[in-house]
Amino acid sequence: MAEHAMGPDASRRGFVNWFLGLSGVAFLVSALYPLTRYLVPPQVAESTAGTVTLPIKPDDVKPNSGQIFKFGSRPAILVRTPAGDLRAFSAICTHLNCTVQYRTDLTQIWCACHNGHYDLNGKNVEGPPPRPLDSFVVNVRGNQIVVSKSA
Amino acid sequence: MESDAARGGKVREWLDGRVGLTDLEKIAAKKQIPVHRHTVWYYLGGMTLFLFMVQVSTGILLLLYYRPSAEEAFESVQFLMGEVQFGWLIRSIHAWAANLMIFTLFVHLFSVLLLKAYRPPREVTWFSGMALMGLAMGFGFTGYLLPWNELAYFATKVGTEITGSVPVIGSFLGRLLRGGNDVTGATLTRFYGIHVAILPATATALLGLHLYLVQRHGMSVPPAVEQAGGAGRRMPFMPNFLLRDLVGWLSALAVLAALAAFFPAELGKKADPFLPAPAGIRPEWYFMFMFQTLKYLPAHILGIEGEVFGIVAFGLGGLFLLLIPVLDRRTARGEPSRLFTWIGIGIIVYMLLFTFLGYTASATK
Repeated sequence: MAEHAMGPDASRRGFVNWFLGLSGVAFLVSALYPLTRYLVPPQVAESTAGTVTLPIKPDDVKPNSGQIFKFGSRPAILVRTPAGDLRAFSAICTHLNCTVQYRTDLTQIWCACHNGHYDLNGKNVEGPPPRPLDSFVVNVRGNQIVVSKSA
Repeated sequence: MESDAARGGKVREWLDGRVGLTDLEKIAAKKQIPVHRHTVWYYLGGMTLFLFMVQVSTGILLLLYYRPSAEEAFESVQFLMGEVQFGWLIRSIHAWAANLMIFTLFVHLFSVLLLKAYRPPREVTWFSGMALMGLAMGFGFTGYLLPWNELAYFATKVGTEITGSVPVIGSFLGRLLRGGNDVTGATLTRFYGIHVAILPATATALLGLHLYLVQRHGMSVPPAVEQAGGAGRRMPFMPNFLLRDLVGWLSALAVLAALAAFFPAELGKKADPFLPAPAGIRPEWYFMFMFQTLKYLPAHILGIEGEVFGIVAFGLGGLFLLLIPVLDRRTARGEPSRLFTWIGIGIIVYMLLFTFLGYTASATK
């Protein structure tokens, strides 16, 4: 009989179970792999612009004020210090990603979300932010403000 | 059985033969509720269930007008509130019932915790309840973004960034949740799918398990009552307890209608990624104690970033709460467990205190 040649029933059953189990795992992997890849969003190319010319005239920015502008796809903040210097920083709070704003009363950059304070060099001076804001280089060319990534 | 079937006439008899109405009636008639001085807490779970049903019904109605895209979401909610007849009512009830549901869920959870109803054999009931709480908070978090207004936009930025700072898998989870590197229209679409399909399906399945387990084990009698000789008497679930439940549900509906009419849900300003976060920004009240804790944490604790420390601490706290039925060995053996009573009270006091501070402490100082 064939059974004798193949060995005891138990080992045949074991083989079939093992084979079935393996097929089950293979099925799960082949279903779960595309599913997980589907759930992870594709990388969209970031704007690589290193330089932005602002739609703001230098004379329109009063001392002790700040405003948000678009740096690529991210918000950035342009500040004129009470002494008259123009400075630009990333407007994304280093704590939890909120957009910061200029506080005339404190002469500081401030994040409303968790009360984080930065001085006019972008340094985190109070509250939860762990790092300074990324700073940009500001150049005034004639009647234009040009902001670029440092160096 | 024959006479039962005959009582309701031919239709009933036909149905009984196919659905087994008599068997269901027997099960329902057997269910008894222990009556003692803590019986009032038994109503909280049913109340949460009722509010969940309100959420499902009003949510389905909102779907008829809502458009899930960054360009149209805010405008569609504006249209719903301003133009659609009783649109304000449906949305306001949905918003208020969400808050009340989280509230009754918390009260239900803490009453179960303090009355030690998680002790064997009800551990899995506790686990499924904790999972349902997680889902309820997920409902709140995802639903908050859908009107695509300023507050929701920044709350979601912060919330998904918190997920992003979970050690090791954080940045992957953050991307997965946001549908990209930033909160954009892709996030809105994703949150919509999670809010109206993934969470409801999961919650319904878990709720089924939770209710089955409650049915299987019956109501837990608190240890203190058991030691004093057990519940004095029992009341039948059908119809005595159910009718009392209904009184509660009708009252909740009245409260909901009043809240929706006098304090309709607001919409605020449309989200603009190029405006600063508005002053006084805050999350929903049930996230407030965590939000306020994050505000008090310094930038660095023990060499790691403050918020990472806070998130890991809250994660471990949640895990501890989940595992209480396994950790509380004294209660499992039927001995008094003062330690876990005090832990429960401690958690409640912490949450109340930090929620209070969140609403009273100055936002800028």
